[in-house]
Amino acid sequence: MEHEDIIHRCFRCGYCKFPEGYQDINCPSYRKFGFETYSPGGRMWLIRARLNKEINTSKRYGEILFSCATCGNCMEHCVMPFKDDLLSVFEAAKAELVDEGLIPPGVRDYFKAINVNVNPYKEPQHTRADWVQNTGIEMYSGQEYLFYVGDVGSFDERGKRMARAVAKVLKEADVSIGILGSEETCDGNEVKALGEKGLFQFLAEKNITQFDRLGIKKIITLDPHAFNVLRKEYPKLGGNYLVLHYSQLVAHLIRDKRLSFNELNAKITYHDPCYLGRHNHVYDEPRKILQTIPGLQFVEMTRNYENAYCCGGGGGNFFTDILGMGEDSPSRIRVREALDTGADILAVACPVCAKMFEDAVKTEEIEDRLKIMDLAEIIIEARNQ
Amino acid sequence: MMEKSYEALIEIVGPKYVSNQPEEVFFYSRDPGISEPHNPDFVVMPGTTQEVQEIVLLANREKIPIVPMGASLSLAGLCIPLRNGIVLDMKRMNRILEVNETSRYVLIEAGVSHGVLQSYLNKNYPRLMHSIPDAPPMNTIGGNMALFGSGHLSQETGFHTEMVQGLEVVLPTGEICYTGSCSVVPKWFARGPLPDLAGLFLGWLGTTGIITKLSIRLYPKPRKKDVLIFVTENPDFIPDIVYNITETKMAEDINIFAQPKPDWAEGFQQTAIYITGNSEEEMSFKRGLIRRSLHKYIHNKKGGFMFVLPMMKPGMMESPIRELSRFADVEKGGGFEYIGVIIAIEDFPQLYRDAVEIAAKYRPKWSIMCRVIGRGHSIMFSYAWPFNRANPEDMEKARKALFESNASGLRNGGVIWKPDIEGQSMMMKMMDPNTVHLLQKIRKTLDPNDIMNPGNWEIS
Repeated sequence: MEHEDIIHRCFRCGYCKFPEGYQDINCPSYRKFGFETYSPGGRMWLIRARLNKEINTSKRYGEILFSCATCGNCMEHCVMPFKDDLLSVFEAAKAELVDEGLIPPGVRDYFKAINVNVNPYKEPQHTRADWVQNTGIEMYSGQEYLFYVGDVGSFDERGKRMARAVAKVLKEADVSIGILGSEETCDGNEVKALGEKGLFQFLAEKNITQFDRLGIKKIITLDPHAFNVLRKEYPKLGGNYLVLHYSQLVAHLIRDKRLSFNELNAKITYHDPCYLGRHNHVYDEPRKILQTIPGLQFVEMTRNYENAYCCGGGGGNFFTDILGMGEDSPSRIRVREALDTGADILAVACPVCAKMFEDAVKTEEIEDRLKIMDLAEIIIEARNQ
Repeated sequence: MMEKSYEALIEIVGPKYVSNQPEEVFFYSRDPGISEPHNPDFVVMPGTTQEVQEIVLLANREKIPIVPMGASLSLAGLCIPLRNGIVLDMKRMNRILEVNETSRYVLIEAGVSHGVLQSYLNKNYPRLMHSIPDAPPMNTIGGNMALFGSGHLSQETGFHTEMVQGLEVVLPTGEICYTGSCSVVPKWFARGPLPDLAGLFLGWLGTTGIITKLSIRLYPKPRKKDVLIFVTENPDFIPDIVYNITETKMAEDINIFAQPKPDWAEGFQQTAIYITGNSEEEMSFKRGLIRRSLHKYIHNKKGGFMFVLPMMKPGMMESPIRELSRFADVEKGGGFEYIGVIIAIEDFPQLYRDAVEIAAKYRPKWSIMCRVIGRGHSIMFSYAWPFNRANPEDMEKARKALFESNASGLRNGGVIWKPDIEGQSMMMKMMDPNTVHLLQKIRKTLDPNDIMNPGNWEIS
């Protein structure tokens, strides 16, 4: 197995479970399930046990590996020199299960849907651009930027609202963008995190071919997951582009005075998406956007920046639901934390987080006290005041 | 019977919190040290004292051993279920129940970790602190008390067990029992004046009951902190150095450490003296008195204060110190044995020399870290022997180093801290026979069915 040489080096000291200040458990699966086996150290020891034939593959072993939300908290807070490889170890262990055909049904179904439909929603590709109606957004034909929307923004109702909001903001700032519509393919970030290397390579190469054919040089992503994989993994396969998350571009537009706001009286806190924050260190731009809006009171949650607590949707869990619901589900914990700040809006910058939190506020029955809004939706509201 | 017990455990804590699956059986059968694994039959995570009580009653009925577990970071195998049975992972019992700011104590459930309590106090009671060990922050307070821990305020205030003011305990026969002031009045401010029943559970490694709640002392938190490092090259000086510093009453903590790397550090005994205060004036005064107390060593060119590089300081001032866990990777092997001996201060030089000899024999990389306890009443002398978990021969060497360290500790007048079963056996062989008899009598009385962490504190 890849990275086999470092697995025995985990001391299971548990720093990986915490944020910097130790205020609470910050590993979503360990927080949810409680057994040590669901912690990063637990995974390291079990992967080694399996390689040493001390345990066999089982349904539970699969659940333990695939419940990892790939939030990167362990990589951020592990004290060992091999910390940067932790998620790669887990990915390699998942890849072994993929190769052996021993993956949980939810993961299997996710792969199946992507194999057949090139998206996990099992929707026909020609509906991929349905969200775009009445936005004035056109197909890519040499515009400055490709707006890469991704699966959640294209097919999920919450995601589509967010895609429309981002498109509207970019249009209002006269940013030249186009989309691929039915020619867009799943970015593969979750496919890779779930260990399906072959399928990932297929998806990435398909996208790269398409991008290159159209002469695309600059890409704006809606989804931090896409931002991550396009920025970090596609270059390894020959796909080199300037990749920006929309929050980065919007922050520039505001700085260049291409967007202005009216006063918005609201108290807002912001959730750092794992693939924007910990994985790619984009922390300041979303905050700058919010702090520029007059009248807006910005408050931080206790766990923020590199210590943010994941919504629980990463690592494919948004689709496979292996982490599952319940009082200890990451999204419910996080919305309670947001509510504790006294904020009436929880700002997000990721369609996965938006959907996870919107479901969570409903389950927690706090929809009337905490609204989930994407940065672009907040901008539009401020401009409409 | 096992199926029946499994169903009964599910009935008590719910299906989410019981496992007999191979993954949990594997993981909870071992700790990060070198002790041999033993499989539990069940891993259970109780959420309340009542659930613990019901589990204990079940275990009595079915004669199933129970091993209470915090973070399992003793590295001495103390939570390994030597005779199988139930491992009780206590970390779901993690509520901070009360902080009495005026009388400076906190009442917590036993599964609260040191890291979480520290964070909670920093946020909500910034003028208060508790004594935190240098074990990783996941280390639970209940577990640390059961093994007689010490930490960042132990120089001033003694072992952590001395900071306990009251306990709620589930006895091995299932009764819920209270010790200290809380047994008389609804406050947890003192151990006495009463027969000190807390002593029946502290240091017993979970063999006499399960601590479910405890009150520990909190202390004023100074606004400023600094560290001085005094370096000598002769271990014979250490007892006098400790005596002189403690006489000033100016140090919060005194740690002595030695290691062969980097090369320039070989042969040095480095005494880290932590000072705290609320103003620069106070800090300066304390620094001055401490420097003066060691003047003769500087004057005679037998020692001196080392320049602490700015880059080193943040790491040294951390609580807990992350660097200590990193020691597990010095040989890229993922493990180290961390054992300790509590010694009288005058015994430091010989124990130090023995430790260096043992290291030369078995471990090229090693570390000695000592903590002065209670203003110079004893020293917790600890050795860290790293090993490569992927190399059985190397682990065997570490095992031998551990055995010899224990033997050296006892030979030099010490008492082994958090001893593994071999260390326990070595101590019981040396122990006064009537004391051994008393230990056994207490255990038999409290635990007639011999279910509590059996195999520990037993005559083999």
